[in-house]
Order: sequence, then structure tokens, then C-alpha cells
Amino acid sequence: MTEIATSVFPRSPAARRDIGIKRRYAAERRFRAYGVAAILIGLLFLFVLLWTVVSKGYTAFQQTTITLPIEFAEKVIDPKNERAANPAKLMSANYPLLVRDALVKTLGIDPANRAEVKKATDMVSASARTQLRDIVVANPAVIGTTLNVSLLASGDIDSANKGQINLEVEESKRKVNDRQLAWMKTLSEDGVLSKEFNTGIFTSGASSRPEASGIGVAALGSLYMMLIVLVLALPIGVAASIYLEEFAPKNRLTDLIEVNINNLAAVPSIVYGLLGLSIFINFAGMPRSAALVGGLVLTLMTLPTIIIATRAALKAVPPSIRSAALGLGASKMQMVFHHVLPLAAPGVLTGTIIGLAHALGETAPLLLIGMVAFVVDYPGSPMEPSTALPVQIYMWANEAERAFVERTSGAIIILLIFLVVMNLGAILLRRRFERRW
Amino acid sequence: MNTSLILLLVLVIGLATYLAGRARALATSKGKLSALHSLPGYHGTYAAICATIPALLVLALWLVAAPVYIDNDIRSSLPETVLAEGEATTELALGQVKSIAGGLKLLNAAELSTLSDDPANLREVLAAKGVPLAGEGEAYMVGSAQRFNTLTTASRYLMAAAVFLVAVAGAVLALRGIKTPFRARNQVERVMLGALMLASSIAILTTIGIVGSMLSETIRFFQSVSPVEFFFGTVWDPRFSAAGSSDTSGQFGLLPLLAGTLYIALVAMLFAVPIGLFAAIYMAEYARPAVRSAVKPLLEILAGIPTIVYGFFALVTVGPFLRDISAELNGLVTGNYVSFIQAQSVLTAGIVMGIMLIPFVSSLSDDIITQVPASLRDGSLGLGATRSETIKRVVLPAALPGIVGALLLTASRAVGETMIVVLAAGVAARMQLNPFEAMTTVTVKIVNQLTGDLEFNSPQTLVAFALGITLFFITLCLNIYALYIVRKYREQYE
Repeated sequence: MTEIATSVFPRSPAARRDIGIKRRYAAERRFRAYGVAAILIGLLFLFVLLWTVVSKGYTAFQQTTITLPIEFAEKVIDPKNERAANPAKLMSANYPLLVRDALVKTLGIDPANRAEVKKATDMVSASARTQLRDIVVANPAVIGTTLNVSLLASGDIDSANKGQINLEVEESKRKVNDRQLAWMKTLSEDGVLSKEFNTGIFTSGASSRPEASGIGVAALGSLYMMLIVLVLALPIGVAASIYLEEFAPKNRLTDLIEVNINNLAAVPSIVYGLLGLSIFINFAGMPRSAALVGGLVLTLMTLPTIIIATRAALKAVPPSIRSAALGLGASKMQMVFHHVLPLAAPGVLTGTIIGLAHALGETAPLLLIGMVAFVVDYPGSPMEPSTALPVQIYMWANEAERAFVERTSGAIIILLIFLVVMNLGAILLRRRFERRW
Repeated sequence: MNTSLILLLVLVIGLATYLAGRARALATSKGKLSALHSLPGYHGTYAAICATIPALLVLALWLVAAPVYIDNDIRSSLPETVLAEGEATTELALGQVKSIAGGLKLLNAAELSTLSDDPANLREVLAAKGVPLAGEGEAYMVGSAQRFNTLTTASRYLMAAAVFLVAVAGAVLALRGIKTPFRARNQVERVMLGALMLASSIAILTTIGIVGSMLSETIRFFQSVSPVEFFFGTVWDPRFSAAGSSDTSGQFGLLPLLAGTLYIALVAMLFAVPIGLFAAIYMAEYARPAVRSAVKPLLEILAGIPTIVYGFFALVTVGPFLRDISAELNGLVTGNYVSFIQAQSVLTAGIVMGIMLIPFVSSLSDDIITQVPASLRDGSLGLGATRSETIKRVVLPAALPGIVGALLLTASRAVGETMIVVLAAGVAARMQLNPFEAMTTVTVKIVNQLTGDLEFNSPQTLVAFALGITLFFITLCLNIYALYIVRKYREQYE
């Protein structure tokens, strides 16, 4: 009797039928942990990526300068006194000699000691030549006077001053020798050598010397292209979506356009570069390296994104609004332009900004249309050779020098700031104006 | 008179016509607006359209046709001896005539007359004005250049006259046609509809442009290299072509590039798919709304970072890190501190590309998993299955077609990705299976072949288009199939 009772009503847990609940719960916990781990890995990579860029790049916004009393000696700049007759002489004068004389005087070196003098002049960037030349050409009256001029330190001195050069390495294997380090110390104690906010990175163009190069010219090229994309892609994209969403009959052709647009959104960007090279440059004869061609290529690339976003925004406007407009006697065109489009505008603008942000970061197609160019001067118009922000980053990334890594990261920080601002703008726009029906 | 000025004037005429049309419509209504079929603004717009659009068409047509006509005229005016030497010489002479013509405009009358009497020092005279000539000018060229200048000037004046005539005629005709019953709005809307259709045809035109341009260049490439050699060749060694020679001694085998492309894409997918998929499952099935709304945008930042940044990351961080860690590992195991992973390798490019792809996999899969109807989940949970069992046995099988579509779309991105592989994968084209060595991809070679001072007509340059069209078709097939699957899947649950 008791036996039967225990088998029907099991009292001890051990006697319960094992349905593997423990194992199953363990599997559940494991599965959940995988999910958390996956998300953490993703976020970790995001963090490492941003950390790498910021930690390598924030120093690019500072630049070491050496302020020297430069004596614009007439016997160096214009020994034969012919600048009145031939102003071009001033362009080719021996400006590095001025820097050398000033350094020799400041550091108190024996001018006859060639090796010492060479070590000293290596501390100042070779861009000093153009800097002094520009001063003299702009105002020939400075000849014969002495001015305090703030010159860029050379890339290696700049790196050493920022503590990026390992001083424990043997002197012969280092780019900065002990003599220069000693000078740096005395100069910075005298206030001659100092770290300043680097405005050059925002305003300069391409240069083979890291300390004199900047993204100003590239940013202007990017700005031209963004304007072209905005002016072309927004109206064309909106018009195309309005037709497809509101007017197009459902037939084979519109189906084909639909598939086509979805497919174009997924075509590799480099293919657009090939299209631009073969149609805009070879067939239509537009200039190579011009922002105009880059803008057109990016327009074609951005169009599908804008069209897809605009169509989604148009679709979200409820049919009742359309019916009401039509019921009050509006024509179909009036209904779209007076009622549907204004209501869809926030969505359209959000899509456009995201498309523009995407176009701003695009590099590959621009390489093919010749925008990998060494552009020193600001392009005056979209027809002139120019380069773009991401292409400038690409070119710097290929440079071997240590100081260029810093510049590249600095440029990436600037690019990312632009992108963050654009995306935040899009999000705010959506938050502010989005209507749920 | 330059083109932008003409353009501006046409627009001014258009604006004036709009105002005139509106005023005239108001006047015809005699103060009773309801007498008009369309609002006065529409009458004005219609008149402006009549004034500007035909004029702009004439302008565009003229700008395209006139240079062709003038070139032909100058070409036939060149001496027989030049024409006899074939097309290349004729084009060269034509180009030189044009640059002389540009230079002649800078000369004053006295210099011009001495030059036409004695064209021997043509080059020096023009160089002094800042116009460099490619070669010594011939005597006949001055005459041709002058003719070119006359024709161009005449064409400009004629064009301006024709455009204004058309604009004014259009405006007058339209303004005279304004009457109360005139259906101006319908006409304007018809034009607008045409413009909308034109805009939407640009999508098709882009595709036609891509396929057409690449196909024609590829055909030119196949004239010097056989397709069999290209598609089945196992050696990639294009050599350099000197300007002027169309030397085809290089070997253009696609297979090593394709192997590298697919290998790197495979590594990237192996890296991205598990992480992305698990992240998507967690976000769709487990995460609280607050966590989800924080994590999802954070992960999507990864998708918004430009690929050049990933390339830089691979170049300065991931590559050296893998190299150093492999040296350490090797040292620990064998005592020999030599790295077995190169800084530029399949692994480096694959991992960094994988990081880029994580948000693509997770967002697309997340969308698809959340589309699975709740009733399926509730049924499974109600029968006593745990959450993970429900996901593994019910949700994922139901979402599988959609996920496959999403993965194919991601794979197409991996295949077409350029900047990461340009900076991280290396340039050596070889076929091998070691992921620690460098391999190269189709996209890297397109960039390599087209950046530099190669002559455009050489097979070394044209091969980029053959590579491009191969890439285009691979991604096209992946995309179309993926979009088809995703679309079908969406219909299934709607």
C-alpha cells in the first residue's frame, strides 16, 4: 500500500521524472550570454576604433612653433638691389639663409661649424622659405628690418616636443639627436619654442611636409561636391519619388524602375567611379580631378538613398489627407504639392542629410576620377582641380612619416565631427517634426 | 556673349513673362476671378514655360551641335598632306589649331599682322603670352586658327540671337493665347508630370550608363586580350605600358583577384555573421526597450563611419597588432619571435571588414526577426519551451529566408568594398589558402590600374572596366536574388 502511494505521489525530488530542466535553463543562460557577448564585442570595436583615432589624432590640433627674430638683411635677399626693376627676384631669394642666421645668433653656434649649423636648421620646417617669401613679397618694406616671425618646427621636432619619440632609443637611430633635444629645452625655457593651437590643419593644403599640411583645400573641394549633390540630388530624387509613389501606373516598367533603384542602392561605390570616368570625363570631356565630376558621381550614388527615404516618407502620409484634398476639388498635382509633400518634408530632409553624410565620407569613386591630386591652392571653382576630405585622409594614410599618422587621425576626427553633426541634425529634425498618424 | 549670361537672360525673360501673363489673366477676368478656368498664377507659369523651355532646348542643342560642325569644317580646311596621314595626326593638328586660336585672341592687331606674314616664331610669340604650344606651329595653322575664331564668334552671336528669338516668340504667343476659358493649370500640370517622369527615368539611365559604358570599354579590352585569358587566367601581371605603345605583353588573369575577393569576403562574413546575428537576436528577443533604444543606434554608428576610417584603423592598429601578437605567440610556442601574420593580410582586411559589416547584419536581421508574428512565439512558449528553444526552433526557422536574403546583401557589400582592402589587403595577386598572407582583390586592382599616369587606351587601363563589370554582375546577382527573397518573405507575413 505504501509502495503504491509513493509511486503515485512522488515525495523525494530524485524520483521526479527528469525532463532536463536544469540543462535547458543552463542552455537558456548560455544563449543569452552569447547575445550579450555579441553586443559587447560590437561596442568594444566601436570604442577601440574611436579611441585609436582620438588618441592618435588629438595632438594634431597643436603645433610646435619656433619664434625667431628674423633680420631681413638686404645683402641676403637682394644683394644687387634690383628688386625695383625685377620684382620676381624676391621670389627666388635665399630665404633659408635668413633662418640660419637667426638660429645661429639665437643659439650662439659657431657659424663655421657646418655640422652644428645643419642640426640647428633641421629643427625648422622647410616651409619657412615660403613663409618668409610671402612676408617679403607682400611688403618689400620689411627688407632691412628685423621682425619676430613664428616659424613651424620641423615634423620630427614637433613629434619630440609632444613626447611621441622614444628617447630611450640609441641616438643614431633616432630622428632627433641629443644636441637638438638640448636646444629644444633651452629654447622652450626662453619661450622661443612653444606649442600653439594648430590653425594650419584647418587652412593649409597638401604639402610633402607634415607640419605644413592641412585639410583646408580638401574641405573646400568636399564642400563644392556637397553643394552639387544637394542641388541636383534633392530635386531629382524628390521628383522621381513623387512620380513613382503618386502617379506611376502599376506596370512592368515601374516595377523595373523599382527593382532598379533598390539595386542601384547596393551597387559598389567604385562602379560609380568607373561610370564617371568613362561617361563624364572620357565621353563628355569634363576636366579630370574637378569637383564638378565628383559631385555628379556622388549625386548618382546618393539618388537611390534619397529616393528610398522620400518614398517611405510619402507612403507614411495617410490616405485620408489625399482624399480630403481631392474631395475639396484640388487636382492631383495640387494635392501632392500643397498637402502630401509638405507633410512628408521632415522625412525627405532626414533622408537627404543621411545621403549627404554618406556621400561626404565616400572615397573610392573619387580615386578613379583623378581626385587623388596634390592640390596646394584653394580651387576657385568646381571646374578646377581639387581633392576631397576622405581622399586627403587616404593620401596621408599612405605617407610613411610618423607625423602624418597624427595628421591623418586629426583629419579623421574632423571628418567624423562633420558626420556626427549631420546625423545629429537629421535625428533632431526627425524628433522635432515627425508626426505619427 | 557667354553661355551663363544667355541663360540668365532667358530666365529673366521667363520671369517677366510670368508677371505679364499673370497680369493679363487678371485683366481678362475683369475683376471676376471665378470667370477664369485657372488661377492667374497658372496662366503666368504657362506663359513662362512657353518662353523658357523651347529657348533652353535650342541653347542645349546649339551647344552640342556647333562644336561638332566647327571641328568638321576646320578639319576639312586642313591641307591634304595632313589629312593623308591618318586620323591621329589630323586630331593632333586640330588640337594645336585650337590652342593657337586661344592664343591669337590675346594678341593685338599689330602682333597679329606680323604673325600672319611670318608664322615662323609662332611658338615664342604665344609662349610670351602664356599659351604653351605642344609643338612647332605650321604656317597653315594660323589661317585655320583665325577661321576657327571667326566661326566660333559667329556661332556665339547666332546662338544668342536664335535663343532670344525663340524665347520672345514663345512668350508673345503664349501671352496672346491667354483667355478666360483657357485650361492653363492642366497644361502646367502636364509639363510638371513630364518633368517628374524625366526625373524617375534617371535611375534607369544610370543603370544603362553603367552597363553601357563598362561594356564598351570591356569590348575594347577584349580586342587586345582574349576573354578566355581574362576569365580563366591564373596569373595577374599587367606590366606597364609606355605611352603610345599598346603593348599587350602583360597577363590579365581574373582568378587570383576573384579568389582574394571571395576569401576576404568569407573571412569578413565569418567574423560578422555570428556577432551580428546574436546581437540581433538579443536585441529583438531579450533586450528591454531602454537597452534596445540605446544599443541599436550605437551599433549603427559603425555603419555610418566612412570606410576610409576603417582602412586607416586596419593599417595603423589591427595590422600591426596581429603581427605583434603572432610574433609573441610564435615566440611562446617555438622560442622564435618571428611573426607569422603579415601586417597586410587576408585576416587583417577580413576582420576590419567584418567589424564594418556587424551593423548591416544586425539591423537587417533585427528587422526580419521582429517581423515574425508574435503568435508563433506565444504558441511555442505556451507549450513550455524556453525562450532560447523558441528562438532556435520556431523564430529562426520562420525568419530563415529573410535572414539569408540579409546575409546575401551583406556579402555583396563585402565583395564591393574598396577602401579597407586598398589599405589592408596588399597588392600581391596570388592564389593561396593561408589567411595570414597578403592577397589582393578586384576592387584594389581597379584602383591600382586607374590611379597613375597610364595611357587610357592601353589594355592595362581598360582591364579596370572588365574587372568593374565582373564586380557589377556579381553584386547584381547577389542583390537581385537577395531582394527577391526579402520581398517574398515580407509578403509571407503581411
